[in-house]
Amino acid sequence: MEARILNEFRAIVGASGLITEPEQLSTYECDGLTMFRVLPLAVLLPTSTAQVQAIVRVCHREKIPFVARGSGTGLSGGALPVAKGIVISLTRMDRILEVDLPNQRVVVEPGVINLNVTARVAPDGYFYAPDPSSQVVCSIGGNVAENSGGAHCLKYGFTTTHVLGMEVVLSDGSLVHLGGRTVDRPGYDLPGVFVGSEGTLGIATKVILRIVKKPEVIQVLLAAFNSTNEAGAAVSGIIAAGMLPAAIEMMDNLAIQAAEAAVQANYPNCGGLLLVELDGPAPEVETLMEEVADVCTKCGAWEIHVAQSDAERARVWTGRKAAFAAVGRLAPAYIVQDGVIPRTALPHVMSEIVRLSSEVGLRVANVFHAGDGNLHPLVLYDSGVPGQDKLAETLANDILRLCIKAGGSITGEHGVGEEKKMFMAEMYAEPDLETMQLVRCAFDPENLSNPDKVFPRPRLCGEKPGVYEPHPLEVAGVAQRF
Amino acid sequence: MPAASGVMTQVSWPELAEIVGKEHLRAATAADAIDGVEVQMVAEPGTAEDLARALRWAHAAGLKVSPRGGGTKLGWGNPPAACHLVLSTARLNRVLEHAWADMTVIVEAGCRVADLQKTLAEHGQQLALDPLWPERATIGGILSTNDSGTLRARYGSLRDLIIGTTVALPDGALAKSGGKVVKNVAGYDLAKLFTGALGTLGVMVQAIFRLHPLPRESRGLSFSGTPESLNQLLLAIQASKLTFTGLQLRAAQGSAHLDVRFDGTAAGIQAQVKQIQQIAGLLAASDAPANAWTSHQAIWDGASPALMTKFSVLPAQFAAVCALVERVAGAQSLAWKVVAQGVGAGYARLEGNEPGLRTALLTLRDELVKMGGTLVALACPVAIKRGFDVWGPPSDAQPLMVRVKQRFDPDGTLNPGRFVGGI
Repeated sequence: MEARILNEFRAIVGASGLITEPEQLSTYECDGLTMFRVLPLAVLLPTSTAQVQAIVRVCHREKIPFVARGSGTGLSGGALPVAKGIVISLTRMDRILEVDLPNQRVVVEPGVINLNVTARVAPDGYFYAPDPSSQVVCSIGGNVAENSGGAHCLKYGFTTTHVLGMEVVLSDGSLVHLGGRTVDRPGYDLPGVFVGSEGTLGIATKVILRIVKKPEVIQVLLAAFNSTNEAGAAVSGIIAAGMLPAAIEMMDNLAIQAAEAAVQANYPNCGGLLLVELDGPAPEVETLMEEVADVCTKCGAWEIHVAQSDAERARVWTGRKAAFAAVGRLAPAYIVQDGVIPRTALPHVMSEIVRLSSEVGLRVANVFHAGDGNLHPLVLYDSGVPGQDKLAETLANDILRLCIKAGGSITGEHGVGEEKKMFMAEMYAEPDLETMQLVRCAFDPENLSNPDKVFPRPRLCGEKPGVYEPHPLEVAGVAQRF
Repeated sequence: MPAASGVMTQVSWPELAEIVGKEHLRAATAADAIDGVEVQMVAEPGTAEDLARALRWAHAAGLKVSPRGGGTKLGWGNPPAACHLVLSTARLNRVLEHAWADMTVIVEAGCRVADLQKTLAEHGQQLALDPLWPERATIGGILSTNDSGTLRARYGSLRDLIIGTTVALPDGALAKSGGKVVKNVAGYDLAKLFTGALGTLGVMVQAIFRLHPLPRESRGLSFSGTPESLNQLLLAIQASKLTFTGLQLRAAQGSAHLDVRFDGTAAGIQAQVKQIQQIAGLLAASDAPANAWTSHQAIWDGASPALMTKFSVLPAQFAAVCALVERVAGAQSLAWKVVAQGVGAGYARLEGNEPGLRTALLTLRDELVKMGGTLVALACPVAIKRGFDVWGPPSDAQPLMVRVKQRFDPDGTLNPGRFVGGI
């Protein structure tokens, strides 16, 4: 990067806010998806909205692509740097700016850690509902980019449900406010579009969150089944009975073994384990928990246990939330997928996963948000064995195709990022993707904000939508379509 | 050709008749006019593809188009700059797939809300939304106006219920986003963009929703008091661990009520009724009147001329809004009524004389904006609407919204002038 630009960046963020040494830059070369790595030209660590604006203005003038990054826990390569671009790390913008308990609003900077929001309001009986498994480290800005979910989004909704508005630096450096503290603000629902846009529409520098009152009672039930199919039938039975649990999670035997080895969650050793959490008024939870237990018994559960204390409940959840990392004890490497299927397709998709897995001879551990059909198959492999990484990738991709075929989605909460962008063309038709690109072109016509993510090919925003016309850059031979 | 719609060169309507079928294209009548702007023709395509073709044809012919469902909220928004063709979704009225075990439904935009609910109830399920005039309003209509009712206290608004959509764009494209699974972050969430866009970006032809079970039991309570005491109670209920599915403030000259609804098991409801009485202290509860939960609809009826506004504030500001409306109405000798949902959105109705309504509207708008809230004039005499943006002052995101509009509808074919800041 030219010295004059680096000097300009240094003037904005100070020497301590600019990283250019290769060994330091390598910290930022990937996010939670480590198979893709790109070294950025520089990493900037702004401490204010004004600094973010100033940085982006320079990028806009010099046509330098930028990637915003929170805690870097993303699992789809969304925060992967782009070559010849910079990374803007928001970790130093980590202040909780305002807590308004009567109106249940909290205003934060993007670098605030998810769990810190809950920690701040918990003494008053509130919590911030989206609870991705990485919530002890992931940031609100990253959650906004990915529309993060978590185990409890079955009942409480996703990040988009709990974000009312945000301050955004657009790719030309201008500042806009989308949504606000009050609901139903006139105009297009741009916060609804911005949440989950994976950093492609701009950088959120302030976020208005809604917090939720803690329920009177929370109970979690563990039910052990011989198979995930039996456990799946119980999930359908619970839903059919008209209940909306706070969470329904499922783990197969391999995932249980991993969690046990890692955190000793005291899970029964079984083929399919169900965790069902109910919350609400005490008499209601009591009645419904009995119904859940009945359904489970009818579907073949041979052990049913309701966690008796807060400590036991916490341990149950620790096991579930540690499952990804725990699988690292079973194999040197793994790929985690994030496909979603209609709940009723679970038995079919599960048996297909078993078939595919035995065909290639690789083990697959399964952890599901079963209530909403979000699968997290973990394909285990040994990168030391030549060719196994390719086999694993093929298997993981085949599982995604199963999800698409079942009428589902390629991602429920991890995002498309770099990893799954080629699958967008399998899940959506060309007009669907073209239409999404219209939004991108309205926000970022020069394709500077996290370019080359989410979509299989970036749209050149000079194109007229609809009928194909070659872009002037194509005519000039500067750009090419793929 | 009506003057308001500008001069137009020859339009070959038989071409459109060929697309939608001769019997489904008719000359517009006075009843089809939108805010006094006359319409030329009304087309009722029978399929999503035909609707897209009709829209592409109209766009190519340089016509201005307004989509229409049940027509119950056609007067919302600014008067259109022009409208030559109404594209009605009346024949796109099927429930395509109720996957009750997955708790999702795929429905065409022209399906009436009550018809959808009837189908869903066969399996004990509902679209957890109680919008205005469900017997006549359509799915596309409630989506385009982002309508909601008392259930949003628990289930949120349409943005929280819609999981997929198909829209027709002016260039004739039929574009899908989302899908039929409740959890899905693949690509931009266009369903949210189109919800509340008043048909200015495209025409919704299909929607997919997540569903909820119908409640096993339900009970409503009402409290009477001053707006101040009831606002305090509302905040106390929100800050409690009660799991209400409705929380509504009703106020008019000299009376105010707070309605609370609990759904669930009999035991759960009973326990919560006990708890709420402890929270309410001296304010005594009675069973909510049967019509309490349709008062957001009843407030639309009354004497004319009238002004119907939708306001949005923070929940702690309800009492201040009631005081403001009372003061402003009093100054102009107008009758007033407020029905507000606990999340912060509500309707205020003023009745009386046109000059008084105009003055009151301007004051209400200014004061609510000062409070950090918003005020939209949903229905009022057209003369008041002219020269006044019913949506309110544009935000700093207005240029961005204009760019979004330009990308989706570069020639301003759809509902020109009706949305925020003249979009």
